[in-house]
Amino acid sequence: MAPPSIETRDLTKRFGRFTALDGLSLRIEGTKCVGFLGPNGAGKTTTLKLLTDMIFPTKGGCSINGVSVQDDRKRALADAGVLIESPEIYPSLTPNEALEMVADLRGVPAAERRGRIRTVLSEVKMEQWAEQKVGRFSKGMKQRINIAATLVHNPDVLLLDEPSTGLDPRGMAEVRAIVRDLKKSRRLIFMSSHILSEVVDVCDEVALIDKGKLLFYDTLENVTSRFADGHSSVDVVLARPIGPDVVAQKVATLSGVASCDQLDPRRLRIRFTGGTDGQEKLLQALVGLRLGVISVAESESALEEVYLSQISRGD
Amino acid sequence: MTATPPAPGPPAETHLRVPPSMQQVAKLTRYQLREYLRSRRFLSLTAIILAIGAILTAVLGYYQTTLGPLVTNNLAFYGSFWAGGANLVIVLSAVFFGGDAIAGEFQNKTGYFLMGLPVRRATVYAAKYIAALLASVAMLGLYLAILLGNGAYYLHANALPWQLGLSVLLALVYVGAVLGATFLFSSLFKTSAYGFVLTAILFLFGFTLIGDLITGLVNIEPWMVISYAESTIGGVFSSSVNWGLTATVTPARFPGAPASYTAGIAEGVVIMLGYLLATALAGLWLFEREEFT
Repeated sequence: MAPPSIETRDLTKRFGRFTALDGLSLRIEGTKCVGFLGPNGAGKTTTLKLLTDMIFPTKGGCSINGVSVQDDRKRALADAGVLIESPEIYPSLTPNEALEMVADLRGVPAAERRGRIRTVLSEVKMEQWAEQKVGRFSKGMKQRINIAATLVHNPDVLLLDEPSTGLDPRGMAEVRAIVRDLKKSRRLIFMSSHILSEVVDVCDEVALIDKGKLLFYDTLENVTSRFADGHSSVDVVLARPIGPDVVAQKVATLSGVASCDQLDPRRLRIRFTGGTDGQEKLLQALVGLRLGVISVAESESALEEVYLSQISRGD
Repeated sequence: MTATPPAPGPPAETHLRVPPSMQQVAKLTRYQLREYLRSRRFLSLTAIILAIGAILTAVLGYYQTTLGPLVTNNLAFYGSFWAGGANLVIVLSAVFFGGDAIAGEFQNKTGYFLMGLPVRRATVYAAKYIAALLASVAMLGLYLAILLGNGAYYLHANALPWQLGLSVLLALVYVGAVLGATFLFSSLFKTSAYGFVLTAILFLFGFTLIGDLITGLVNIEPWMVISYAESTIGGVFSSSVNWGLTATVTPARFPGAPASYTAGIAEGVVIMLGYLLATALAGLWLFEREEFT
């Protein structure tokens, strides 16, 4: 049986009297995007730093692809791409040189290096800056080069620590788009974030952490239904505005619908039961009503409700 | 709480063979050296050494007739200007290239970039040390080239004294030891300024002061102070060289006053190598335990 891609065992980190991480045990396997969600100070970055041997555990341990990070960081990180705390690249290097260094140290064959570097620079849309000094770059541009550096060896595991933090809205959207693109290739992405919309937008599964303790780890769908009393929630966008009477008489009375809120004349948030089957029936029924449904998406608010209920429970 | 994912996926595979650590040291040294050579501090130190060389050349040219033996005897010439200047060049190189070598990785967050790579901490430490050493040797070489140019012009002598060759070798050992100690100081802090200041204070006058205090207060040979060994760089030019492992002791002129000690050449080499080994191990030990918090 293959070892899990990422595993932490009773991982604990104390800084003096402060416990930043408290007995975290987590097994993540397969190729998918896992959001590591939690408020500021929850222990997300601490976990990622422990996973990359930047800090050392007080108790427990962790491994990547079955290799203990604490025993052999070199082998453990061989097939992982790591982005922790928006690192700085030596300012006198150009992106080409910085990525050449990363590829060289990671053992990318010389014949493939140029091609790989060109590919990853194109993935992060930085080809035209390839020969400029990194020291002159904006924070967003540096972050893109950092993301390119995590990809240059085509890793199976990606560890990303709040990759869009500190960027302007455009930069955040661009980084999210890059991460979404990364999901197309077969790899595991473990991404910490405190931005719910980012997790809903990009991730397949979510692990919620607060005050150093793991609260749950499951698929996004299971999380929202499990903690919402069996209810799921979708946001529906309509082509034409409808009145409140239509909402109350036609939509709210559909089978399986627990409640329906009209966010604006063209947008509804519907809570329903029945999981995936329930969602399928609801969609059919909505289309049957001929209301002009143009978009149905899992509601961001569902995860928000779970997040707030779980985080406040810990207070 | 233990959590397991709902659906296991395919096993992860390692596609590439990460180079052995020794190869990684060589590769990383190349990139670190490139960083040093492009840095403002390299240009600044080059300018400082060129300025020292220009002053030296001007003084020699202006006082050519009054300097006497210095411009007629090549042993006296190199004994004065090489031995005197090399120490300053070495200390400045250590401050410029080693002062923040480790601390800077924490303060500037460049360490977060390096530590995400599959490299051992010892690899990073060794590569940075070798790059700093090569940059410092380049500075020492520049100063030596200026001296040789002046020597060739003023002394009209083609043959160089063999003592200069030996002195250069001793200076190379000394620069290694000084950088070893500088890296240790740099590993103690996560703020670059502390590394710079501590290195500059200790090597410009701190160690000399400590050595003088040891001799003056307890009247023992200050063999444990690295600047004491540095005197061998100039010592090889003297008429009566002590090649041994023990110091030459000159008794005090007055009762109660301390004797003066001059390190033997072999003794100086042992002290320098001892410093290099001890500080390199201690610095590496610290860096291995330093957390990127």
